Amino acid sequence: MAQPNSKNAAPYLLDMDGLGALISALARQGRQVIGPRLADDAVVYDDVAGTADLPAGWASEQSGGHYRLKRRDDGALFGYGLAPQGWKRQLYPPRQKLFAARRQGGGFAVEPPPPPPPPLALIGVRACELAAIARQAKVFGDRAFADPGYQSRLSTAFVVAVQCGEAQTTCFCASMGTGPEVTRGFDIKLTEVATPKRHVFVAEAGTPQGAKLLKSLKAPAAGAADIKAAGLAVKNAARQEKSLDAAAARKLAAQPDHPRWDKVAERCLSCGNCTMVCPTCFCTTVEDVTDLKGDNAERWRKWDSCFTLDFSYIHGGAVRTETRSRYRQWITHKLSTWVDQFGEQGCVGCGRCVTWCPVGIDITEEAAAITTQGRS
Amino acid sequence: MSERKRPKLAVWKFSSCDGCQLTMLDCEDELLALTEEVRISYFLEATRKVEKGPYDVSLVEGSITTPHDIKAIREVRKQSKVLISIGACATAGGIQALRNFRNVKEFIRCVYAHPEYIDTLTTSTAISDHVPVDFELRGCPVNKYQMLEVLNAALNGRKPNIPRHSQCMECKESGTVCRMVATGTACLGPVTQAGCGTLCPGKDRGCYGCFGPMEAPNTAALAARLSQLGQSGRDIRRLFHTYNANSDAFRKEGDNHG
Repeated sequence: MAQPNSKNAAPYLLDMDGLGALISALARQGRQVIGPRLADDAVVYDDVAGTADLPAGWASEQSGGHYRLKRRDDGALFGYGLAPQGWKRQLYPPRQKLFAARRQGGGFAVEPPPPPPPPLALIGVRACELAAIARQAKVFGDRAFADPGYQSRLSTAFVVAVQCGEAQTTCFCASMGTGPEVTRGFDIKLTEVATPKRHVFVAEAGTPQGAKLLKSLKAPAAGAADIKAAGLAVKNAARQEKSLDAAAARKLAAQPDHPRWDKVAERCLSCGNCTMVCPTCFCTTVEDVTDLKGDNAERWRKWDSCFTLDFSYIHGGAVRTETRSRYRQWITHKLSTWVDQFGEQGCVGCGRCVTWCPVGIDITEEAAAITTQGRS
Repeated sequence: MSERKRPKLAVWKFSSCDGCQLTMLDCEDELLALTEEVRISYFLEATRKVEKGPYDVSLVEGSITTPHDIKAIREVRKQSKVLISIGACATAGGIQALRNFRNVKEFIRCVYAHPEYIDTLTTSTAISDHVPVDFELRGCPVNKYQMLEVLNAALNGRKPNIPRHSQCMECKESGTVCRMVATGTACLGPVTQAGCGTLCPGKDRGCYGCFGPMEAPNTAALAARLSQLGQSGRDIRRLFHTYNANSDAFRKEGDNHG
């Protein structure tokens, strides 16, 4: 992502060939192009080579602990809601090798790092996902100890955001102030206009490199009717069933003994799914591995979760042995103490933790129950 | 081969299918590297050459099911500096622990022409129920990378990197889409220890719990969810009562259903 434009240029109109040309142009830049595609009974983010890989005519039905693919009759490419996992997989991979070393005489020599992977192009980034990327970028960049890997993957990435045209029942970005409208953090923003008769994309540049690329596609300017239809899509996506009172949730940390923690712990599996799919959760553990001889060693950073016992293991044992204290740690960090650390909340309202919790625990319900008087 | 003194490794078998020992042989490339680092002193599945104890590291496969096993495992313990039990049989009693829930005498009468020849215990139990064990490596069978990691750690005097968290975390790490959420498939992943390499969920099947209960599993909450997904009490009992039926958490949860 380069620096944003100061003024908005007039939007272009891309048809299916135009979108294909955009993907090809990004691949020609030597980028690994990642976008939505159908796999394993879901729409996931993975390598895409062209528009034929995109999930045309697929939607998803999502609720607590429930995800099902559904057909849609408008042929939309970006009508699938959210993928099971966000762009954290690409920008902050689950396993990262920090360094490798080999024994040399009485000491050891650190191997030179491998060449960096090709820069990314991310196709189909939603507003809540852009907010999540910005939050992780703050965690990994604003303080004294920046994470060079994350920052370099993000700064070299080309972001094609896609405006949501509708909300899932698990979405609550509107109440978190992170969506549904895509407003920043993109190189190019697309809004899909898909009807049985017409299928086009209104494309706007957010950065000079986005503008340059769009110009190179020699696409026509978008007409008033398509721009109006794109505006309606945003309004439609703002109609959301779920909401979270972010201001009230700030006070969660002041309720360490609320009886609801015990109630949620009865259901919580402490499996860690919520933290794995959360696009802002950033905790990792470090693991050293050696070969059998002990001559070669590697240090790996792996995603970790505050729901494991090892996570809080210090001299003498784990600090958070009960599920109630682990769930409390997660949700209070997400909604209360993240604000103390970073000046904003750690939740962007994407609803992934609701959908992908095997027993369907709903962060909005738990936060409401604990912060609302008389609802224990 | 260098002349330096290599630690002596022994691999023992009790009641089991030999799958975990085969995992060891399946290490292929790494097996050659392993033989450079350890002296294989006792491993009947690989070689008839046998060396006397004591042994630096013993890997023990299989469960204890006969009076003879009890004597033998005590001797193995006596002869081993480090004893690592490997696989669901050795760490929980294995599939054959299903006998623990039934009348073994009846089985013997039904199966054998001469029941009087059979001298067996009424239970199949883990190695750690009989002798102190230094490390329990889970799995049915064990995962070869985890097996090498445990040996590696034992040889280098460090703690093995064997997580005790849920299978779900391994699925998410590998990018596998949750079978239970996306298809409604019954799955023990949220209560099962990770480590198999996402074998079943990666092939559109729910987790069968081969690696046994994770740390602090909430089996009751999972069973309630399985019931909502349409699993009968009998289905739920059978799901918990398989390869790790005699592990505490799975035995108790299975007993609550059906």
